[in-house]
Amino acid sequence: MSGKYTEMWRSLGLNLEAHQGLLAVLSDAYKGIYLSQKNRPEGMKYFDLVISEVHGQRIVEIVEEKIKGKPVFGTFCIYVPEELILAVDGVSIGLCAGADVGAEEAEKYLPRNTCALIKAFMGFKLAGLCPYVESSDLIIGETTCDGKKKAYEILNEITGKVHVMEMPHMKSEEGKSLWMSEVKKLAAKLTEVSGKEITLEKLNEAAAVVWEKRRALQRLSALRAFDPVPISGLDALLINQVSFYDNPVRFTQMVNALCDELEVRVKKGMGVVQKNTPRIVISGSPMAIPNWKLHAIIEGSGAVVVGEESCVGERNFKTQADPQFPSVEQGLEAIAERYLTINCACFTPNEGRLDDIQEMAQRLHANGVIHYALQFCTPYMVEAYKVKERLGKEEIPYLRIETDYSMEDMGQLKTRVEAFIEVMKDGMAR
Amino acid sequence: MRYGGIDIGSRYIKYVVLEDTELSGVYKLETGYDPLGTCRDLMDKTRPDHILATGYGRHLLQTHHAVETVTEIRAVAQGAREVFPSCRTIIDIGGQDTKVVQLDENGVVAHFEMNDRCAAGTGRFLEIMAKTLGFDLTAFGDHCLGNGDNLTISSLCTVFAESEVISLIARGAEREAIAMAIHQSIANRVVSLAKRVGVKDAVVFAGGCARNRCLRSIFEKKLQQPILVAENPDILSAYGAALMARR
Repeated sequence: MSGKYTEMWRSLGLNLEAHQGLLAVLSDAYKGIYLSQKNRPEGMKYFDLVISEVHGQRIVEIVEEKIKGKPVFGTFCIYVPEELILAVDGVSIGLCAGADVGAEEAEKYLPRNTCALIKAFMGFKLAGLCPYVESSDLIIGETTCDGKKKAYEILNEITGKVHVMEMPHMKSEEGKSLWMSEVKKLAAKLTEVSGKEITLEKLNEAAAVVWEKRRALQRLSALRAFDPVPISGLDALLINQVSFYDNPVRFTQMVNALCDELEVRVKKGMGVVQKNTPRIVISGSPMAIPNWKLHAIIEGSGAVVVGEESCVGERNFKTQADPQFPSVEQGLEAIAERYLTINCACFTPNEGRLDDIQEMAQRLHANGVIHYALQFCTPYMVEAYKVKERLGKEEIPYLRIETDYSMEDMGQLKTRVEAFIEVMKDGMAR
Repeated sequence: MRYGGIDIGSRYIKYVVLEDTELSGVYKLETGYDPLGTCRDLMDKTRPDHILATGYGRHLLQTHHAVETVTEIRAVAQGAREVFPSCRTIIDIGGQDTKVVQLDENGVVAHFEMNDRCAAGTGRFLEIMAKTLGFDLTAFGDHCLGNGDNLTISSLCTVFAESEVISLIARGAEREAIAMAIHQSIANRVVSLAKRVGVKDAVVFAGGCARNRCLRSIFEKKLQQPILVAENPDILSAYGAALMARR
């Protein structure tokens, strides 16, 4: 995807040379990690195409939508209600944060010991590498963790277009009412930026689109419970990552088409790996595109990932809000309530997440759980202890990993993951 | 039948050969810049019927010679359990990894922890510090004096710890007391890793660092129990791999 998009990238203010370098690295990584997989479903071809056009055709589409008067809203968190963005005819985009780029630029503003995801979203912006952030009319942040909260202040200084939602950290009555008012504040802000009121018709329509999208992702998740599993963890992760920036209606159609194919596979007993391959659920920090590191290690070591208890995964689609609201007011309330069912580690207490992990491990017939935390992602790093306790009680093998986007610890991670797979196999043999 | 277990570590390649059930050869060579060449020489010399590779460089043999692999965690568990059948916990300090492995009653790996990414609390740390203080690595543990109460090395990072050592030298501190502080610093880190995994009796100390008497006695004090050390603690993983090759 070079020549034909150069003018567009230039007009968005990207650093053309560095951006070309990024795309080359991305394309090589994708070939090495994704296209080398065996027995991939045909339906993945669409997602391969989406990835190859992630900074190309999709940006063209977004620019065209902007010309038609549809504003673009960039987000970093699944707590930002997508329904509201769609209800003002906005385009909702999860912004670039999954690669170790622009770290030098980011470290002018941030301490070195900052989580890789925060450093990456600052780096992508500062190094001029993310066409999505450049196309955004408004960036919607949230006070989930301290690192993000403080980084948004700086991001706002640089871009002048950040709106921050205040997240409650307890799911108490006070927390709920704070969140409700934050959702309403966002609705007003979206109206201000787009010049469009949220009508009941628009809200119901938007909620139905998001509902269908979540249902398709739930369907995909359910299919991963079968043994042999019909799709690799890498491919499923990719689909979840793509869900944040693709056109939601088209995305839903393509996921459902893929699921039709996977159902046929399941009926035939066909899998992407052999039956009885050790199965792993990953739980923890989000894996933003193109962070495929842990999945690649696991699936390169003879196991398969069957689920992600993650924002880029189950947390994003596990619960639904019934999309037919009687009034805008009630709609906003139902949407706010639905979002508060997400069990993020920024909440205390957060027992619901432990239940979710256990439920997923059982439903997906996992032989073990790997807790994944980005270094310096304190909420997940600390909560790992509770996860370990719970899984220990349930006698589910558990491995804790802390890492970042760099490749320097690949050798150690591989040893840990392989040893964990050996432990799981011992358990399976018993 | 002849069985080989080869442990390609970051500093040394350890190789154990079994003639049926009898130990018939033990080799330890520097890993250097051509580990594959060294492994080939060892294999050519001994011609094992079955061989299993472990250690940091295990995939090298897998890629080039289709040798099956096992992680050093499982290998050391097998080796330690064979030498000490009562073993339930293994502390293994290698060149660039520190591992604590807990076994169940049957000797199967139940839990394990490894140090995070850097050289803190590993053999390499000890090696660099010995050099800074002008001690021979093999005798480093014999030169510790005092109980480590008056001096502490607080940095976990090898590079920063080295500069701490240098400033202690500059302040005129006795190098034997600094040596003690260095051993304490490693031991603290390893003990916290061990406590995270959970320590069960009996504890076996494996890896080249297990020859270090000072480390062993600090562990005994901190864990309040005797620590078992094999005659050749550095070959336990290779031995474990050889035992598994036999099965």
